[in-house]
Amino acid sequence: MDIVDILLSASFWAAAVRIASPLIFATMGELICERAGILNLGIEGIMVIGAFAGWMTVYMGFGLWSGVCVAMASGMLFGLLHGTLTVPFGLSQHVVGLGITLLATSSAYYIYRLALPAVSSPPRIVPFKPFEIPVLSQIPIFGQAIFNQTPLTYLAFGVVVITAFVLYRTPLGLALRSAGDNPAAVEAQGLSVTALRMGAVIVGSGLMAVGGAFLTMSAFDSFFFEMVNGRGWICIALVVFGAWRPGKALLGALLFAAFDALQIRLQQTELGALVPYQVFLMIPYVLSILALILMSRRAEVPAALMIPYNRGER
Amino acid sequence: MTNKTEAQDIVLRLNGITKTFGDLIANDAISFDLRRGEVIALLGENGAGKTTLMNILFGHYTADAGTIEAFGTALPAGATGAALKAGLGMVHQHFALVNNLTVQDNIVLGTAPLWSLGIGRKAARTRIKQLSDDFGLSVDPNAKVGSLSVGERQRVEILKALYRDARILILDEPTAVLTPQESDALFDTLQKAVQLGLSVIFISHKLHEVMAISDRVIVLRHGKIVGQASTSDTSAHDLAELMVGQEIVKPVPSDASPGETLFSMHGVFAHPKGQRTGVRNINLDLRAGQILGLAGVSGNGQGVLADLLSGQTVPDRGDMRLGGQGVSSWSPRAALAADIGRIPEDRHTTGSIAEFSLTENVILERYRDPEISKAGWMRWSAAESLAKDVIDRFDVRCPGPDARIRLLSGGNMQKLILGRALEGGPRIILANQPVRGLDIGAVTYVQNRLIAARDAGAAILLISEDLDEILSLADVIRVMSDGRLSPEFARGSITPIELGKWMAGEGFDHAA
Repeated sequence: MDIVDILLSASFWAAAVRIASPLIFATMGELICERAGILNLGIEGIMVIGAFAGWMTVYMGFGLWSGVCVAMASGMLFGLLHGTLTVPFGLSQHVVGLGITLLATSSAYYIYRLALPAVSSPPRIVPFKPFEIPVLSQIPIFGQAIFNQTPLTYLAFGVVVITAFVLYRTPLGLALRSAGDNPAAVEAQGLSVTALRMGAVIVGSGLMAVGGAFLTMSAFDSFFFEMVNGRGWICIALVVFGAWRPGKALLGALLFAAFDALQIRLQQTELGALVPYQVFLMIPYVLSILALILMSRRAEVPAALMIPYNRGER
Repeated sequence: MTNKTEAQDIVLRLNGITKTFGDLIANDAISFDLRRGEVIALLGENGAGKTTLMNILFGHYTADAGTIEAFGTALPAGATGAALKAGLGMVHQHFALVNNLTVQDNIVLGTAPLWSLGIGRKAARTRIKQLSDDFGLSVDPNAKVGSLSVGERQRVEILKALYRDARILILDEPTAVLTPQESDALFDTLQKAVQLGLSVIFISHKLHEVMAISDRVIVLRHGKIVGQASTSDTSAHDLAELMVGQEIVKPVPSDASPGETLFSMHGVFAHPKGQRTGVRNINLDLRAGQILGLAGVSGNGQGVLADLLSGQTVPDRGDMRLGGQGVSSWSPRAALAADIGRIPEDRHTTGSIAEFSLTENVILERYRDPEISKAGWMRWSAAESLAKDVIDRFDVRCPGPDARIRLLSGGNMQKLILGRALEGGPRIILANQPVRGLDIGAVTYVQNRLIAARDAGAAILLISEDLDEILSLADVIRVMSDGRLSPEFARGSITPIELGKWMAGEGFDHAA
């Protein structure tokens, strides 16, 4: 029974958590944007620019954490652009988001070529190393999976806790969720919908970029074209899957990552010799669609999602 | 309520407030004072400038000229936060509530500094409980606002203002959505507020309410103050004339002489997808030459009933009969073919197409008639002469049949829709909120036309949230509550208070 062996191996679960990490960052980023009422389709491109900016910073000789900060800043910059176009100007969030994705992706490739005109294979950096947490990492199977990861993975879990706390336990979170549900109610209380939504898009985009940076600075050690490979779009689905709740979205990210880790291992079994490997590649996506259909039917969508708010208009 | 003396301190002073939108002067040099413990009623027709004035007060709009002083200090223009801080509390006509949040979260929204850790839910709950008791505003703080009734939502809005220590409460058309009983409870709350030293501005166009609760009345017309008086020195009739600027002749229908039943429903159940309330076990007769008035708070199934009659939905169970014959395949087109004229609830969304011309809007329901189109070709000259006919006969003030309908005022748009429904002389008329949002002149016009259609033998279903309209126009009255229909009451045989009980759902269990 190959599949039972796989599910009982610590390395499978460790891989699942590793694959989930960038998704967790970016999903939390998207969730914050959407909770404030802004659909951020710039996510895919922002992950690319984050992956590039973080890696480039380290390649130029700065520390790993500086790389994370620069990646975050690059994402916030594109978030600022996205927010300016969609919040005060009230432009279509779909068009702006796709535009941001194209712009951020091509900017990353362009700067890469400017900086490294002559290289054929991209240079490597020394990425984050796993940090084993004593005692806890000795728990069978899950100890190694959860407590022997890189600091960025721990940070990802921290971001989920902080996001949930801010959204549900602070006045800021209350105002943010209200801005995504009925912005007129927020304005009537003397708060600025513009500031709240801009803030959410900027911070959310910063998190997406850190998710991208995880790929070049923790999962791998270099920057390739196409390396984000649709992860941003997956995160948008994960937000829906999680019904706009941080905890559920985290579960969704882990579930998707587990399927992904599983399909890689299934390819190496006897079954893998019979079935074309593309079928295995499809598994996480097919299962995601099924889960999405089952899970999101009763979700409470933020009522003002994708609706621009114009002050003084009724 | 109590005697006021001049010595009492002024809590709010408006001085020369002026606001224009393009050519329209919404507010023209409006000045008045509000004193401590006083209830001012701001009276005026739709479009008189009441809501604009309040939006300026709350910083949603910026005035072109004029100043506002609250408790002796000037309020900065366009700053909602400053108005709230100065002690103004607004109960909006369209509630500013977040449906997905609990009552408590709605109340505390924006009260604590954004960057503080924790919401302090426990302290907030105690405070809300206290305010609820003091002002007689019972509501469950843990309930989601989306699950509350309209009356409860209004209580949340008032609690929101009180939670912020509002000293001046401003209510914009607060009773428009309430049953008479809920209105009475609201007035009790306002009494308590005044006794505790708060001041109230009460915006309304309902005269009897204004007479009942205010100390002073200010009448607005076309953006100007056209009169003010102590409530005790004036009468509802005087105020009405001041508000309209002319003498008012209310339509008084003669007694009906009902004929045969043209349309009936027997044990009809329907619950279309996406509707909160369906209708249950409806038995209904529409008789020739009779207006059936359907009262009730909106959202209790009136919309579904209207859709059943106009063919936009079909019964899940039960049967419907047209002139004694069973209805088999029912659709909007079948309803039109059966000579059912309809005045939809919302003239903007389902009644007209904003960017279409008057002509195009007039023929929307009959573009397939042979005189309008032949062999797939439009006959625009015939369409235009039909439109001209409607414009003439129904007194639609407009630049011409080619104008886009969105350029018309609400009253003229409604007259065109009325004309479209009535010009063919329909046998059955569905009039769903036919006068909502119209000024008194247009209201009188529309109501007289409906009475004339009745006298000509049409069976009319009149759906309205306005009890006064139902009581004055309907020959027989029924009440809808939670999808159920009360028995029929003849005109004059039931009081507003009794109707209010039915609207609140009382009586159905015994009568079932």
